[in-house]
Amino acid sequence: MATQEKVIKVINLVKKFGSFVANDHLTFDVFRGEIFGFLGANGAGKTTAIRILCGLSYPTSGEVTIDGLDIYRQREQIKKRIGYMSQRFSLYDDLTLGENIRFYAGVYGLSREDIRQRTAALVDKLELHAIEKKLIRELPPGWKQKLAFSVATIHQPGIVFLDEPTSGVDPITRRQFWEMIYDKAGEGMTVFVTTHYMDEAEYCGRVSIMSEGKIHALDTPAQLISKYNVRNMDEVFLRIARNIEAV
Amino acid sequence: MRTVLLIIQKEFIQVFRNRMMLPLIFVVPIIQLLIIVHAATFEVKDARICVVDHDLSTTSRKLVSTFEASPFFQVLGYSADYKEAEKLIRANKADLILSIQAGFEKQLLRERYGQVHLSINAINQQAAGVIQAYSMMIIRDYNRQLIVDWIGRSTPAQARMIPVEYAYWFNPELSYINFMVPGILVLLVTIIGLLLSAMNIVREKEIGTIEQINVTPIHKYQFIAGKLIPFWILALLELAFGLTLGKFLFDIPMVGSLWIIFMTAAEYLLVVLSYGLFLSTVTNTQQQAMFLAFFSMMIFLLMSGLFTPVESMPAWAQEFNRINPIAYFIRIMRMVLLKGSGVSDILKPFLSLGVMALTTLLLTVWRYRKTV
Repeated sequence: MATQEKVIKVINLVKKFGSFVANDHLTFDVFRGEIFGFLGANGAGKTTAIRILCGLSYPTSGEVTIDGLDIYRQREQIKKRIGYMSQRFSLYDDLTLGENIRFYAGVYGLSREDIRQRTAALVDKLELHAIEKKLIRELPPGWKQKLAFSVATIHQPGIVFLDEPTSGVDPITRRQFWEMIYDKAGEGMTVFVTTHYMDEAEYCGRVSIMSEGKIHALDTPAQLISKYNVRNMDEVFLRIARNIEAV
Repeated sequence: MRTVLLIIQKEFIQVFRNRMMLPLIFVVPIIQLLIIVHAATFEVKDARICVVDHDLSTTSRKLVSTFEASPFFQVLGYSADYKEAEKLIRANKADLILSIQAGFEKQLLRERYGQVHLSINAINQQAAGVIQAYSMMIIRDYNRQLIVDWIGRSTPAQARMIPVEYAYWFNPELSYINFMVPGILVLLVTIIGLLLSAMNIVREKEIGTIEQINVTPIHKYQFIAGKLIPFWILALLELAFGLTLGKFLFDIPMVGSLWIIFMTAAEYLLVVLSYGLFLSTVTNTQQQAMFLAFFSMMIFLLMSGLFTPVESMPAWAQEFNRINPIAYFIRIMRMVLLKGSGVSDILKPFLSLGVMALTTLLLTVWRYRKTV
């Protein structure tokens, strides 16, 4: 689904916490409709970057535009067009799924009728009839994660940012989760996803590999595998890590 | 507007779904009202006297029995030795020593002059003050009685005395409860309001939902309004509930207009709740928020004149109460409920509260950050 239209433009993004440089001159573009993987080990600076892109944190310097809107001056407009699923579970666990949807969808200005229809469609699609009226906290973790994704995209944003959406989830649920991501991408949604699972990298259209605040590689998984002459993304990552050490 | 309503709806669902919340909101106040009103009394009953009577005359015995007859005192025992009596005070078994010198009666008859000595345990200076005042009254009355008995009614000394009659306005029976209950009600809505609001936003920080809120296009003022209004309604209901209890349990007077009470409460609660939400925005854990809430509540409460008269505080403390919302609200509550003060009487404190409400509210909206 990827087009040539740049929906996220990042030029020389720097974020410092005191003397610690979390993001060191990041430069990359994301095209509309693609699944963009933001890879790196824990502590590489992925979450810092995604928070800046979502308007949750200010960059120290650099230019960032999201859907043509400037991150410094138009954050609130940007927020209407994006969805975000944080690393921490973010549905209200003392509310039911319906109540969560009604709240979040309402906040994005969806009409009551729209909310009703989308809730019904979601319930049908994921076969949630049995758990629709249960409180979120009564549901198994795998379900919670999928529901969090559904709620984060309930307002059909142009871009969705997912921060480690599959961490701590069993392999089957991870698989189902990626099917949901593909579904959304199929509808034309741009997906920006961070992960430290290298096997997930192969589900992405393009990936960037980050370490110690810098981007060390950015390409399609197939290109990277052939460039480093290895068998899979795991080995690509190891090769890059070794190069960094060698330097 | 719809966004604000959505947040209010969500908060109400969460409050009522929390099993601890309803008892917390309605049972705790009842207990508080029933207990604190009695515990915080300044009245002294049955102060324990140890008598050291070295005179052992009719006059000295009569003086002791006058003390005994008073409901405020209870004669614990007699001691021949002042040192022994002192031990009782040190052991906290007696509250005062009444010591009468040998030759008290003789001196009184011969020189028309006598002396008794009072030693009061002043660990609790307030109680000591009350005991001293009561003792003085008893001794003075006894003294007058002696004059009448010995010299006769028509003496110039008796005629010269100026009779003083007291009229206690607004609380004619000097009922301690009438004075305390309005203040306790303030305490009650303050605790509920401050704790609920201070713990609220920071709780969303702890569970992580705040981040999801912050990536939505919710405006800061919408968020604060949506968080504030539910607790505002709850606390006003709480006040209505407390006033009803006060009426039925203690039959407190309600001379003035309840409208004024609720208008003031509405304004006062804006100060309390936005301050609570402010604490919630500057802290990272519920523990920190709770600590700050209690810390500031203690200071504002103890300075406010709920338990101690503001008039007897040092000047700087009285000045401090200009920025103490609790002091204003307690004053208005007492003025309106006991005196029936009208709008014009309370206008000044009412406006001061208004200024505070606006300031804290703006401060909170400004301080709330949608970024980490």
